[in-house]
Amino acid sequence: MVDPTPIPVAETALAVTGLTVSYAALPVVEGINARFPKGTMTAIIGPNGAGKSTLLKAALGLVPAVAGEVRAFGQPVAKAMPRIAYVPQRAAVDWEFPARVIDVVQMGLYRKTGLLGRMTPALKAQAVDCLARLGMADFAQRQIGALSGGQQQRVFLARALAQEADLMILDEPFAGVDAATESAIITVLHALRAEGKTVIAVHHDLATVSAYFDRVLLLNRRVIAEGPTTTTFRRATVAEAYGNTLLTSIPA
Amino acid sequence: MTFGAEFVPLTLPPLVIAVLAALACAAPGNFLLLRGQSMLGDAMSHVVLPGIVTAFLLTGSAAQPVMLAGALAAAAVSSALIEGIRRATGADPGAAMGVTFTAMFALGVLLLETSGAGAVHLDVEHALYGNLEGLIWIDATGWASLADPAALATLPPELPALAIATAAILGALALFWRPLTIATFDEGFANSAGIPTRWISAGVTGLTALAAVAAFSAVGSILTIAMLICPPATARLLTDSLPRQMALSLAIAALSAALGTVIAGYLPLALGLGFSVSASGSIAVLSGIFLGLAATIGPRRRRLAAAP
Amino acid sequence: MTADLLQALLFQGGYNAALVSLGAALLGLAAGAVGAFTTLRRRALTSDAMAHATLPGIGLAFLAMAAFGGDGRNLAGLLIGAGLTAALGLYWLQRLTDTTRLPEDAATGAILSTFYGAGIVILTVIQNLSLGRPAGLEGFLLGSTAGMLKSDAILIAAGGAVILALLLILRRALAMTAFDPGHARLMGINTRAADMALLLLTLACVLLGLRVVGLILIVALLITPALTARLWSDRIGVVALLAGGIGAFAGHLGASLSLVLPDLPTGPAIVLITFTAFLLSVLFAPGRGLIARALTRARQAALVRA
Repeated sequence: MVDPTPIPVAETALAVTGLTVSYAALPVVEGINARFPKGTMTAIIGPNGAGKSTLLKAALGLVPAVAGEVRAFGQPVAKAMPRIAYVPQRAAVDWEFPARVIDVVQMGLYRKTGLLGRMTPALKAQAVDCLARLGMADFAQRQIGALSGGQQQRVFLARALAQEADLMILDEPFAGVDAATESAIITVLHALRAEGKTVIAVHHDLATVSAYFDRVLLLNRRVIAEGPTTTTFRRATVAEAYGNTLLTSIPA
Repeated sequence: MTFGAEFVPLTLPPLVIAVLAALACAAPGNFLLLRGQSMLGDAMSHVVLPGIVTAFLLTGSAAQPVMLAGALAAAAVSSALIEGIRRATGADPGAAMGVTFTAMFALGVLLLETSGAGAVHLDVEHALYGNLEGLIWIDATGWASLADPAALATLPPELPALAIATAAILGALALFWRPLTIATFDEGFANSAGIPTRWISAGVTGLTALAAVAAFSAVGSILTIAMLICPPATARLLTDSLPRQMALSLAIAALSAALGTVIAGYLPLALGLGFSVSASGSIAVLSGIFLGLAATIGPRRRRLAAAP
Repeated sequence: MTADLLQALLFQGGYNAALVSLGAALLGLAAGAVGAFTTLRRRALTSDAMAHATLPGIGLAFLAMAAFGGDGRNLAGLLIGAGLTAALGLYWLQRLTDTTRLPEDAATGAILSTFYGAGIVILTVIQNLSLGRPAGLEGFLLGSTAGMLKSDAILIAAGGAVILALLLILRRALAMTAFDPGHARLMGINTRAADMALLLLTLACVLLGLRVVGLILIVALLITPALTARLWSDRIGVVALLAGGIGAFAGHLGASLSLVLPDLPTGPAIVLITFTAFLLSVLFAPGRGLIARALTRARQAALVRA
């Protein structure tokens, strides 16, 4: 087992210790130890079936874990939830739902409005601003189903931005989106990191790992390696995670 | 009076009719269940009423074939409406069905109440609970009547009609068993294997409609829905094999129907009450109790653990 | 007859008649608005099972009240019984879908038919017991405003108002749960509680609708206005308001019609009015209506040719 990089707890946004998740008695991820320092941007990479999405969902308490502990900002995740935003791989929603783009983004403000609080002009402006940061301000009045897949992905990221979370967790934010969307998303994520926020994303495109992320977590049911991209994202470790050596684009 | 002298004319015909209706409904119900269309049976049993009333108003005839044609036409109209509403509004199938069958049933009730179609010998209550108890065999005098052609000729006309329909439904399912199972399991593969899945789908709807129509006039909409859904659902919790599920569902349906008729007729009397209760209702309750038992102790009641 | 109808519509048909059609309108408003959420949460047919599961409760409540020497037809008492068996039906529906492999629609149909069958058995018992006068419970199948008491109308109107107030409070949580339950949970919404609240609001609409629309067709008052309103707006708040408006209109008109034509069953009348509104909207709604879509297609085709 690889030791987690030793980082003082106070600087850790998310700490996963001994996390094991099973579906039907088969462990999907086993004994995961990982530390995600504040203000960093980590890519979780690994082959299909490595348990990347499962790791995220279990860390957020969306699927039950068999064993292990997850703490965010030093607290149990359930308590720290108001500081965490999550963007699923592709939102499983009814695309015919009577909701406009701006209504969806405003849902990200629920913790501020609560059950009865008024959607004030300031909050409305904040929602519009989140859309604008992803270049979607012009689409505010569209029905959510009337957008392309990439545009929908940007709206769901805008909803997460509206939460003003300190930890942003994304499951394959770039899967199946066009180049314009990809560059809009990465710009926003880098801006978040610059503000001191923490970003964790499952990522598939090995060619862009070094450009986009400063840290990587290589996963194949167990943690293969974890650390800064420059030292950890190496041909040998990636090959170990993917089980082959045809990875010539990656530095040795 | 001997047991047979009372049982054969008063209880045997309803019992046989109930069993036939139960078999006719439970058999296609297995495929509805696996295709995620169980509520289609609910919809079909409601749209039969406007079909029958309209057929009577148009032709002035209350003959069985006319009623059957009217009901089948209404079933076809309603399945087209359901599909049309889904396409036009993007509504989920349940909601599209709900809109359609409530409107058609409401239309049937209004036509019945306002047009003086009382001559159909049909009222709304009859449509809901059926008239199983009324289907008696007046000329029967005892078990011997079963071998007496003159007496057999006076059997309630619903009985032979239902027997033919049940045989037709079971025969069609047996004949098309293989393409039906393939198309139900994997529509995409069935298409690539040259199975006309659209026709299979229409066929399942048609058989359901036929079962609903044939059962309706004898046992009412309530029993039709119960038999389309409960016995297949019960069998589904008992086995993983489709042929066994089919066989079990037919056995459970027949058992519910026979036992329910007898209980409705004799249990209140045995309790010292001077009347009997609705046979259709008792059969429906009994089939629900069987399902409850299977849901509690059935060997295959659990879902396979979901894969990630 | 036209004059009588006009009187009834304008609440001029006498105090009692005015109360009945006001009650029906408030019921339609509440059911339409709640139904918008029920339909979006894909619980349309659950409400049908719920409605059918009220029948044994109505029968048992009648027997209980008659056995204790009271008036078996007391609406509040009947509704309590109806609510109890409907809740039992919901509990079993939940158990079937949670603990067995049965798909939800099959479980729904099974509960619907079993409870309804039990209700019919109990109704035949009531018919056969000589309890003096006829029970008049058949009115609960297809609805009837004939012989409705002033207190019944007040109960329905007040219940409708309470449902609307609760819906107003819960609208945001219900909308988020219906749109994206996973995200709603992450935002701190107890989605189980929200779903339960929605089911209870739906049940309340079903119970209030039993007397006016009847248990067979009440589901139409929850679904049809919602689908109709959806054709006119992309905003859930507007959809709920519109659905409520359509329900109120249909409730009011249907109840007024049946006051003028006592033979007309109220439930089917109300259902056919909402269905007419639905058909008209399918054709004429801007944007999503069939005609509007055909025009758009034609215009696009013309652009391509040009």
